[in-house]
Amino acid sequence: MTQSVVIQVGQCGNQIGCCFWDLALREHAAVNQKGIYDEALSSFFRNVDARVVGDGGSISKGKISSLKARAVLIDMEEGVVNEILQGPLRDVFDSKQLITNVSGSGNNWAVGHKVFGSAYQEQILEKLRKSAEHCDCLQCFFIIHSMGGGTGSGLGTFLLKVLEDEFPEVYRFVTSVYPSSEDDVITSPYNSILAMKELSEHADCVLPIDNQSLFDIISKIDLMVNSGKLGAAVKPRSLVTASAEALRKRHKKPFDAMNNIVANVLLSLTSSARFEGSLNMDLNEISMNLVPFPQLHYLVSSLTPLYTLADVNIPPRRLDQMFSDAFSKDHQLIRANPRHSLYLACALMVRGDVQISDLRRNIERLKPSLQFVSWNQEGWKTSLCSVPPVGHSHSLLALANNTCVKPTFLELRERFTRLYKKKAHLHHYRQTGRHKRWTFQGQRFGNDVVPLQVGDA
Amino acid sequence: MSIVTVQLGQCGNQIGFEVFDALFSDSHCSQGFCSKKENEAYQASCKERFFSEEENGVPIARAVLVDMEPKVINQTLSKAAQSGRWKYGQHSCFCQKQGSGNNWAYGYSVHGPRHQESIMNLIQKEVEKCDSLSGFFIIMSMAGGTGSGLGAFITQNLQDEFSNSLRMNQIIWPYGTGEVIVQNYNSILTLSHLYRSSDALLVHENDAVHKICAKLMNIKQISFSDINQVLAHQLGSVFQPTYSAEGSSHYRRNPLEGFKEPALYTSWLKPVDAFSVWRTQRAFRRYEKSAALVSNSQFLVKPLDTIVGRAWNMFASKAYIHQYTKFGVEEEDFLDSFTLLEQIVASYCNL
Repeated sequence: MTQSVVIQVGQCGNQIGCCFWDLALREHAAVNQKGIYDEALSSFFRNVDARVVGDGGSISKGKISSLKARAVLIDMEEGVVNEILQGPLRDVFDSKQLITNVSGSGNNWAVGHKVFGSAYQEQILEKLRKSAEHCDCLQCFFIIHSMGGGTGSGLGTFLLKVLEDEFPEVYRFVTSVYPSSEDDVITSPYNSILAMKELSEHADCVLPIDNQSLFDIISKIDLMVNSGKLGAAVKPRSLVTASAEALRKRHKKPFDAMNNIVANVLLSLTSSARFEGSLNMDLNEISMNLVPFPQLHYLVSSLTPLYTLADVNIPPRRLDQMFSDAFSKDHQLIRANPRHSLYLACALMVRGDVQISDLRRNIERLKPSLQFVSWNQEGWKTSLCSVPPVGHSHSLLALANNTCVKPTFLELRERFTRLYKKKAHLHHYRQTGRHKRWTFQGQRFGNDVVPLQVGDA
Repeated sequence: MSIVTVQLGQCGNQIGFEVFDALFSDSHCSQGFCSKKENEAYQASCKERFFSEEENGVPIARAVLVDMEPKVINQTLSKAAQSGRWKYGQHSCFCQKQGSGNNWAYGYSVHGPRHQESIMNLIQKEVEKCDSLSGFFIIMSMAGGTGSGLGAFITQNLQDEFSNSLRMNQIIWPYGTGEVIVQNYNSILTLSHLYRSSDALLVHENDAVHKICAKLMNIKQISFSDINQVLAHQLGSVFQPTYSAEGSSHYRRNPLEGFKEPALYTSWLKPVDAFSVWRTQRAFRRYEKSAALVSNSQFLVKPLDTIVGRAWNMFASKAYIHQYTKFGVEEEDFLDSFTLLEQIVASYCNL
């Protein structure tokens, strides 16, 4: 079995990362009853003898001593990382795997990419090499960041080139949170477009996530919970809400619940690689099946059920409803409706008590209402993992390579162009040594890649 | 005469387990509907074909398990050991850490050469345990990366190293509406390569077996376990010992008369040459009467044509090709495969 390393960059990246590690621990705890350090655990965690100082403490088999996340935490501000290190997960992180600064990137991609990139390149390489050394067979880097800011966007994408050069055989999966149109960071369109160029060239696979979509989903859950019509009660063990406490705090901290959804996506993505099932799907199969042409690697994701079973005590919906929901626009994690666009490829990753006949029945049922590109009319990739997420009896992650990403990217380009025409805020980028030509390239990228997503289909 | 089984990939290993289980449970069936002497001969023959004896009496399957990632093999080994009735050899597995990623090119061009020596050594060891080897039974799927790519590579190796022994490949034809998006590419590459190195391809279509489970067996929620068990049942009835019967018929009306109908066969083939019957009095898995039919017919033309058509459609747009050229399978290799398979389709059609 292989290992993966999570690299969380910037405020958003680290907050989502934190949720991910919390959920991962709980998921493994539910499955691993005997406390033995098994191969499933080793995919994301090291087993370390806490008494040993220095690097020699790794234990590869036997009882769990102390689990350390295979993670590198990067932020140019200290706030979020410090909060993590003081919170309940502090022992999960190795203090040597952090890179922090105090000044922040000022929501400036150029500062994150150019200034901090060159300043921290050596350190970053060193930490990455260290985490790779701790792996028997490193298969994948999961990078989590946001696109609209400075650190996650700039330094996060700088990393991609470093990873590509240093570890060319290891997959680079990027989870990118795109800014919504009401984003309060004025320079977010610049940062996003500049980051997208890097993503298109250096990432193997990108999962774009829209804050607005996450917010809408959470709002709907709230509505269901608070409506009281069905005598709803929240089950505290549900992983989507994280904890009853988090639910109470939801109105103050919507990001927690939103981040949990993204964390769940990453868990589901890797579930078939970690746990057994009748039709396994490894991480390298994602890119093999869903990326027909190298640059077209943006995948729209949807996760079901989000709230039907676990959060509210309504009668369990029929299995088929789960499949229908996965294709509804309300469940997509970006503002898009895949049903009205063209599919290049689609993957269904099912967890729990679901068999091949259920899967086939639903594919047959849903196929007629979906449009697939002419050269991939039967373009389905499926997997069945026996282990469901905690609190659910089954779940489904759908990943689609679909032209419905076009509006999101076009809209981003629109916002970029509006700012750029007025030369607004460009001086911030020029100051860091990035001159006009560079931002113009970002604009040209926006003009080139976006049509590519659409044109080939 | 012994058969060495090579189980490749998730599919191959999952099916392989069911096959050995079916063979074992049948040969140790208490109700044989025949004489004790016949039963004992049957058991001994089955045992020699598929199992070798261990010291404490637990038979070991004559099998080599190969997969590029460990989960399925571990599961298969423990399932066999748990039953307590038979098991796999402790050192009969070859496993790696990272799978083939559904990539035929990776299975064939990377894993193949890299692990050739280790895998062939394991097979050699298994062969040495046999008094006399009749051939190899290779179980693999066409849709994935390991079974298909590595399977094709290993079959070729077996042809080179054991040219006097037969190679029969059990290939699993994937569901029409995908399990794997690049399954058509993987399938045509597999078939064109196996055509040159395999003696016989025994085909099972997932769609067909699924229908059996649904319509004939009325299973509501069909799992791969159900499918594999049906498959194993069919394979078991083909492989269990029988002998060709001359003359004596146990039936009042011979149901096999229908097969002597000349219209079933081509003009250059006489029914007596084309149709062979092997029988045994000993019942298979408690069925008082049962029959298995293995045929070489035009049935495969339509599915083959469909797969070639879809693969060609995708190839025309060059989709996913970069994933294959990355590992040394070039567009020319695809074109060669297309040509060969079109010829096969034409040959069958011209019968």
